[in-house]
Amino acid sequence: MKSNKIFISGDEAVAQGVRLSRPHVIAAYPITPQTITVERLSEMCEAGEMDGEYMHVESEHSAISAAMGASSVGARTFTASSSQGLLYMAEGLHYCSGGRWPVVMMNANRSVALPWSIYGDQRDSLSLLDCGWIQVYVEDAQEALDMIIQAYKIAEHKDVLTPMMVNLDGFILTHTYELVEIPEQKMVDEFLPSFQTPNKMSFEEPKNLGFSSKPDDNTEFKYQQNKAMFDAIDVIRDVDQEFADKFGRKYHDMVEEYRCEDAEVVLVALGSVCGTIRVVVDKMRAEGKKVGLLKIRYIRPFPETEVKDLAKRVNAIGVIDKDISFGYEGTVYTNVNSAISKIDKYVYKSNFVGGLGGRDITKDEIEEMFNKLISGVENKSEEKVEFFSLNVETND
Amino acid sequence: MKEIRWHGRGGQGGFTASRLLGIAASIHGGKHALAFPSFGPERRGAPVLAFTKIDDTKIHDRSEVQHSDYVVVMDETLIVAGFENGIKSGATILINTENIERYQSSLKNFKLVGLDATSLAMEVLGRPITNTAMYGALAAASGLVSLEAALASIRTEMNPKLAALNEKIVERAFDTINAQATGC
Repeated sequence: MKSNKIFISGDEAVAQGVRLSRPHVIAAYPITPQTITVERLSEMCEAGEMDGEYMHVESEHSAISAAMGASSVGARTFTASSSQGLLYMAEGLHYCSGGRWPVVMMNANRSVALPWSIYGDQRDSLSLLDCGWIQVYVEDAQEALDMIIQAYKIAEHKDVLTPMMVNLDGFILTHTYELVEIPEQKMVDEFLPSFQTPNKMSFEEPKNLGFSSKPDDNTEFKYQQNKAMFDAIDVIRDVDQEFADKFGRKYHDMVEEYRCEDAEVVLVALGSVCGTIRVVVDKMRAEGKKVGLLKIRYIRPFPETEVKDLAKRVNAIGVIDKDISFGYEGTVYTNVNSAISKIDKYVYKSNFVGGLGGRDITKDEIEEMFNKLISGVENKSEEKVEFFSLNVETND
Repeated sequence: MKEIRWHGRGGQGGFTASRLLGIAASIHGGKHALAFPSFGPERRGAPVLAFTKIDDTKIHDRSEVQHSDYVVVMDETLIVAGFENGIKSGATILINTENIERYQSSLKNFKLVGLDATSLAMEVLGRPITNTAMYGALAAASGLVSLEAALASIRTEMNPKLAALNEKIVERAFDTINAQATGC
C-alpha cells in the first residue's frame, strides 16, 4: 500500500477523516480546543476540496439542530464541539439519539466551568453518558482520523442508527503534531458507501419523523434505542475488522488489553493517558512486576463482557478518571465497578481521580498507582477512591 | 527518547521550529516525533514554550516534557529565575546571543552554544525572526537531524519563496555552529 504520511495535529487529523468520509452537511461552532478542526473543514469546503456544505451557525444548539435536520432527510452530517459547547448541545443530543439520526461528532475533551478552564479533562463527555450517543475515546491522531471514518459506518448501520461521538483529549491530542497516514479516497469510498436513510418518504411508504409519544408507547421506543446500542457491539467488532483488512490498522474493538496476558494488577483508562501508561507498564514489566493496561475505547455501549473477563484473571484493578461525579466517585470507575461486582471473586479496586483541568499525569504518578494496587492486594484492603495528585481520599 | 524545549515569544515562531524539527526527524529522517506548544492561550510578545519529542520507535508517552536534553532560546531575555528547572544536567542549551561567555558561570552545569541569530535573520530575512536560525544551530549542535532533512522540512512546511530564504538561514547557522565546534 502506498504510504502517505503527513505531520499534523489531532484536530487536523479529524478534519482529514471528515473530508474522506464525504459528509453532505457540516454544522459546527468553533470552540477551543476544537477550533482548528472546523477552521480546516470550512477552508476545505470553501476551496472546493470537499463537496459538503459548511453551515455557519450561531451556536452549538443550532449546530446540533441543523445536523439533526440534515440527517433526518438522509444527509451524512458532521458536527464538532467541546466542553461548554457540548453542554449547550445537551438537549439536542438526547433529541438526536431518540430520532435515531446517525450524526457523527468530534468532541475535544475539555474541562467544564466554573472555574473557567480551556484545558483538558473528560468531564464534558462523561457527564453526558446517558444521552444515547455511542462514545469512543482515542489515544492518538491516527486513531482519531480512523475512528471518524469508522464512526459513520457504525452509526449508519441499519441495526444501529445511533449518533456517535469521537472523543479526543483537548490539547494533548488536538494540538500535538505527529505522523498520520492519510488513507486514499478511493479506499475510503470502497469502505464507506453513501448513507441510505431508512427515513426516505414515498406514497408507498409514508413516514412520520420527530413525533410525540404517549405513556403507552414511549417505553417501546426507549427499549429499541437501548437494544440498538447493544447491537452496536457486534457492528463495532465487524467494522473494526473490515477496517483492519482494508487499511492495515486494527483497534481491538471495545477495549484493548496491553500486556494483560499474565497480569496480576491492571490500570483501566480512556484516551491519551493510555499511551503514557504503556511506557510505565513496559518499565515495570522489565523489573518483573506483572502489570498491564486495559484501554477502554467504547464506554457506550459499555464493554461489560471484556471488563468481567479481565477481572476474573487479575487481583487488582485501578481506574484512572479524568472526571469526578461530585458526591460519589469517578464515572468510569462506577461503570467498571458495576461490571466487576457481577463476578464472584475478590478483586482489590481503587479509583484514581485526577488530570483535572489539564493537570499533567506523570509516569511517576502512574507507577505509584500500580504500586498502591500491588500493596492493596497484599494487605487485602477495602476499595479506595482518591484524588491522586492531592494524595487524599474522596471521603477524607 | 530525546526531548527538546523551545523558548520564544509569541510570534517568533518557536512552535513552527518545534514542528519543523518533528517533520525533519519523522518524514525526512525515518524516526518518530511529537511536536506541541505549551498548552493554553497565547499572545504576541508573551513568553511561550514549545516542545519536540524524538525517538526511534512510536512515542506513546503523552506526559509533559520534564527532562529536556536540548533547550533552544530564541530571545535571551527569557533566561530568568527558574529557567534551569526541567533541564537535564549536561544538556545542551543553544542561545541567541552575541556573547555566550556571559552565561558560562550561571549555566555551568550545561553545554552552551551561542549564535547571533538576530543578526543572521536581519541579514537574510530583513526581520528579527530567529526560529529557523536557531533550528539550523540545533541541527548542527545535536545531530538530531541532518542538514538535508532540516532543509527538506522547510520545503515541506513553507511556500517556495519563504522556504528559499529560510533554507539559506538554516544552512548558514548550521555551518557557523559546525565551524565553532571544529575551532576554525
